[in-house]
Amino acid sequence: MAHTRTTQPVLTAHAAGLRGCRTCGRANAASATTCRRCGAGLSHVPGLQLVWAWLIAGMVVYVPANVYPMLRTQTMGRTQDNTILGGVFDLVQSGYWLVAFIVFFASIAIPVAKFVVIAYLALAVQWRWPMRGHARHRLYEVVEFIGRWSMIDVFVVAILSALVQFNLAATVAPGIAAVSFALSVAFTMLAAQAFDPRLIWRAAESPMQ
Amino acid sequence: MTTKTLQTAPLAAAAARSHTPGDSTAGLVVCPTCDALYKLTPVPVGTRGRCTRCGTTLSFPRERAMSRIVMLAATSLVLLSAAVFFPFLELSAGGMTRRASVFDAALAFSTGLTLPLALATLAFIILLPALRLTLIIYALAPMSMGWYAAPRAITAFRWAEAMRPWAMAEIFVIGVAVALVKVAGLASVHLGIAFWAMVLLVLINVLNDNFMCRLTLWRTLEQRSRF
Ligand SMILES: [Zn+2]
Ligand SMILES: [Zn+2]
Repeated sequence: MAHTRTTQPVLTAHAAGLRGCRTCGRANAASATTCRRCGAGLSHVPGLQLVWAWLIAGMVVYVPANVYPMLRTQTMGRTQDNTILGGVFDLVQSGYWLVAFIVFFASIAIPVAKFVVIAYLALAVQWRWPMRGHARHRLYEVVEFIGRWSMIDVFVVAILSALVQFNLAATVAPGIAAVSFALSVAFTMLAAQAFDPRLIWRAAESPMQ
Repeated sequence: MTTKTLQTAPLAAAAARSHTPGDSTAGLVVCPTCDALYKLTPVPVGTRGRCTRCGTTLSFPRERAMSRIVMLAATSLVLLSAAVFFPFLELSAGGMTRRASVFDAALAFSTGLTLPLALATLAFIILLPALRLTLIIYALAPMSMGWYAAPRAITAFRWAEAMRPWAMAEIFVIGVAVALVKVAGLASVHLGIAFWAMVLLVLINVLNDNFMCRLTLWRTLEQRSRF
C-alpha cells in the first residue's frame, strides 16, 4: 500500500522550481535565501557535510563517555568509580530491572542506534540505495524524536550529586564521562537536525538505474 | 477524527513560475518533510489536512486555537517557576533531611571541568523552557485577544520553534525517578512538590504540541502581522 503511494509521481516544490520552507511550509521563489513568511534561512543545496561532521564528533566523544567514570562515589575513604555500563550492572544486581533497562536504553542503546541510523540514512541518500521513502522517513522520525532522551543519565548524575553532597558519610561527584556524554548527545541531535528529510524522498524518487 | 487531503496543485505551480514570484506563491503550501507541493484549500474547522505522500499535517484549523495555546503556555510558565523554587526530592537519613531543588541539581556540576555542564543543565531544564514559553506568549497572546500580532512576533515564534528540541524539562522528570530508585537503599526519599509540578508541566506540553499545527499557526501569524 505504502509502496504504491510512493511510486506515484508527486509534484514537489523542488521540481516546480520553488523553494519550500521547512519551518512554516511557505513556497518561496527559487532565488530566495530567506523565507518570506517566517524569515528562516533557505538552504540552496541541502548537503550532508554538516551531518557527517556532527555525527563523527558525536561518535568521538562517545568513546571517553564509556571509558571514564560517570559517577565517583566516596564512602568512608573508599572511592568507587562507576562507568555507564557499571551503573547498569549495579542496578541489575540490586534487582531494579526496569530502571536498569531505562538507563541501558537511554545511555547505550539509543546513542548507538542513532549513530547507525543517521550514518545509514546519509549513505542511503548519498549512494541512492534503492528503498522506499516511507521506511526511511519513519526511521528519521524515530531518531529525531528519541535522541533527546539520552540526556537522562546526565540528569541522574546531577541529581545524585546534589542529593548526596551534604555528606551522608558518602559523597557523589560527576566524572568526566558526564561531560563527554552530554556533548555526544548534543552533537548527534545537531546531526539529526542538519539532516534534511526531503533528501530521503528526493533519493527515493530518482533511484539510480 | 476525519482526515481530508489537500489538493495537489500542478496548475498553481505552473502559474507561480510564470508570474512574478511572491504573491502567487502565497496560496501554496509545501510539505516540510517531503517537499510535496499543494494548493492551499480551506479544510473544515477541526479536520486535519495531511500530506498524501508522508502524512505530515499541513492544515489543522481549530476554534480559538490561539487562546488555548496561550493559556496552556501561561500555565506551564507558572508550573515551571514552582518547579524551580520548591524541592523535587527530599532525602532523610540519620536524622538529617536534605531537600534538593532543580538549582541544586544543576549546581552539582559547578566544580572544575563540569562547570559548563552545570550551565547547560540549567539551560536545558529551566532557562530554555521558560524562554520558549515567554516567546510563545509574546508572539500569540495579542492575536488571541483579537489584536494584531506584536512587533517582531514572527521572529519570536521562530526562535521558540528552534528551541523546542533543547527544552528538556520532561527528560529531567524521568531522571528524578531514576535517581530516586538509585538512592532508595541509601536513605528514605520522598518526591517533592516540584516533581509533581514538573509532571503536570510535561502533560500540558504534550497536550499543547498535539493541539497546534505549526503550519496553520504560521499562516495566521503572517495574516495578522502588520509590521
Ligand atoms: Zn518559512
Ligand atoms: Zn509530505
